[in-house]
Amino acid sequence: MHKHERAGLQKDDLLYMYRTMLTARKIDERLWLLNRAGKIPFVISCQGHEAMQVGAGMALERGKDYLLPYYRDLALVVHFGMTIEDIMMSNFAKEQDINSGGRQMPGHYGSKKLGIVTGSSPVTTQVVHAAGYALAGKMEGKDFVCLTSFGEGSSNQGDFHEAANFAGVHRLPVIFFCENNHYAISTPLDRQLSCANVSDRAKGYGMHGETIDGNDPIAVYTAVKAAVERGRNGEGPSLIEAVSYRLTPHSSDDNESTYREADEVTEAKGRDSITTFAQYLKELGFFTDEDEQAMHDEIQAAIDEATDAAEAAKYASPESALLHVYDQ
Amino acid sequence: MMGTMNFLQAINLALKEEMHRDEKVFILGEDVGRRGGVFLATEGLYEEFGDRVLDTPLTESAIAGVGIGAAMYGMRPVAEMQFADFMLPAVNQIVSEAAKIRYRSNNDFHVPMTIRAPYGGGVHGALYHSQSLEAMFNSIPGLKVVIPSSPYDAKGLLKAAIRDEDPVLFFEHKRAYRLLKGDVPEEDYVIPIGKANVVREGDDVTVITYGLCTHYAQQAAAALEKEDISTHVLDLRTVYPMDREAIVEAAKKTGKVLLVTDDNKEGSVLSEVAAIIAEECLFDLDSPIQRLAAPDVPAMPYASPLEKYYMVTKDKVESAIRDLAQF
Repeated sequence: MHKHERAGLQKDDLLYMYRTMLTARKIDERLWLLNRAGKIPFVISCQGHEAMQVGAGMALERGKDYLLPYYRDLALVVHFGMTIEDIMMSNFAKEQDINSGGRQMPGHYGSKKLGIVTGSSPVTTQVVHAAGYALAGKMEGKDFVCLTSFGEGSSNQGDFHEAANFAGVHRLPVIFFCENNHYAISTPLDRQLSCANVSDRAKGYGMHGETIDGNDPIAVYTAVKAAVERGRNGEGPSLIEAVSYRLTPHSSDDNESTYREADEVTEAKGRDSITTFAQYLKELGFFTDEDEQAMHDEIQAAIDEATDAAEAAKYASPESALLHVYDQ
Repeated sequence: MMGTMNFLQAINLALKEEMHRDEKVFILGEDVGRRGGVFLATEGLYEEFGDRVLDTPLTESAIAGVGIGAAMYGMRPVAEMQFADFMLPAVNQIVSEAAKIRYRSNNDFHVPMTIRAPYGGGVHGALYHSQSLEAMFNSIPGLKVVIPSSPYDAKGLLKAAIRDEDPVLFFEHKRAYRLLKGDVPEEDYVIPIGKANVVREGDDVTVITYGLCTHYAQQAAAALEKEDISTHVLDLRTVYPMDREAIVEAAKKTGKVLLVTDDNKEGSVLSEVAAIIAEECLFDLDSPIQRLAAPDVPAMPYASPLEKYYMVTKDKVESAIRDLAQF
């Protein structure tokens, strides 16, 4: 029995997962080109996180569960329903940006209709909001769960601990999803944590904790699916830590050569889920080289179209900066 | 129906009525449940509403942040900070999140949450149970900051805060809780947020103030009647955003303006009031604007003589009005 079968995933699920991962990767690559060409001011990347994001997202029920993401979650929000054009509108900061109408930097996702809750830049604040959504759901007798994601650096913030303890005490259906990519900008893991794993912290809050390979979308799916079931069954929160590696600098304004060796990045690229998951699909006979090329071409065409549309779209009017301070 | 009650009872009544009116309203905070709050503002509500009155861990940032999440979902949380002094760990949630969520999401999300916090001194609370924090939140667009001055106002303004579609910080002077008594209708009423209130008409000197100092200003004004000094008193009620029109009108009324707060003077709410008057009606004034406030020291000392020295009192207000009348 293959591992995806043990996880309850079908061929179509796997192909969808790969397409979503690849879509996020290719959007991300385009954003870097646009930034280096001087067309967009800033990029914050998802590269290296695609497998864990799509694996986690697949375990949730869209339209019912809530997502409280952080800035690296491009693949996760694409899975949750953001289109390539939505992403491009945001990166060009145009009026049609569904997150904020061009008010926020890219990567600050939020859309009520998609169940993605608005976020900010001071890290980890969203983790507390997830406990608030979950508390509201519990009070209203609903059985949705809330997945909130954050980096391993964020797991040191007070808000992480306050939210984890609150959710633990009140048995709230929150999935604390840590995307451990080994770096908080320049600071490596051993300068962030003195315990072996972020998930070790779960014990202190009376919740289930586990660490999994973030390059394996099926393993992530399995762990998050179990966490979703615990949440729906009233068994409270879980802390799931997916470990991968950040394949790009922190952002388009970062210079990673000051703090890590190129060899380390090259080595991590050898474990890149975009390659290894494609390999898995091919070994199963679900996917050929031709299929892969066709998928690339199709996504590329969609990205080209969305890029042109976003570049041509208009900005919100300057005076609109005065709107929506209070209810009007 | 009208009942005489103290400030604390008016707060309690407003909470109770709003919880009956709207099942989305719930309370969260430290010791708000079985204990009924350390000041008893939520007394009896846990018995009546059960888990809608939620005892939280000691966790101010989460009290604010969980409230924000629940409010974005569609609830109407009323969070209690046990003392205003202890809300500083929650400032990131209040300022970076609650205040900016409507704006940053281009009106997609909003935060209909009230945060109640006892503030002010005169109860032997020393440095960390006596502070006034309103100035810290007095230039944060997206927030509203309300400070009632009487039991009647406390009920009507708290109900308005709970029904407001945006986050409201609601500061309650802890010395006012049992000191101030007054008639409070048992019927439903709300007092609009953002509007100041003339609590006394007068012709010689205008006092602009808020919170417990409104009470002192009224006492001082009554005493000064015997000296033929007629005092006009404007209670701001909402210190942010300010009622500019009412401030200008009150300043022009007498041409002599005394601003009173029990916060320390530098950068206080009064500074903005003074700026508004300077911008709008400087040439209607007959004297420089005066400010009466607490001294610019870090916070209130514990020992009684030192605490008394620090506090704004009826006598200090009276003397300041007299000086200005004679200018």
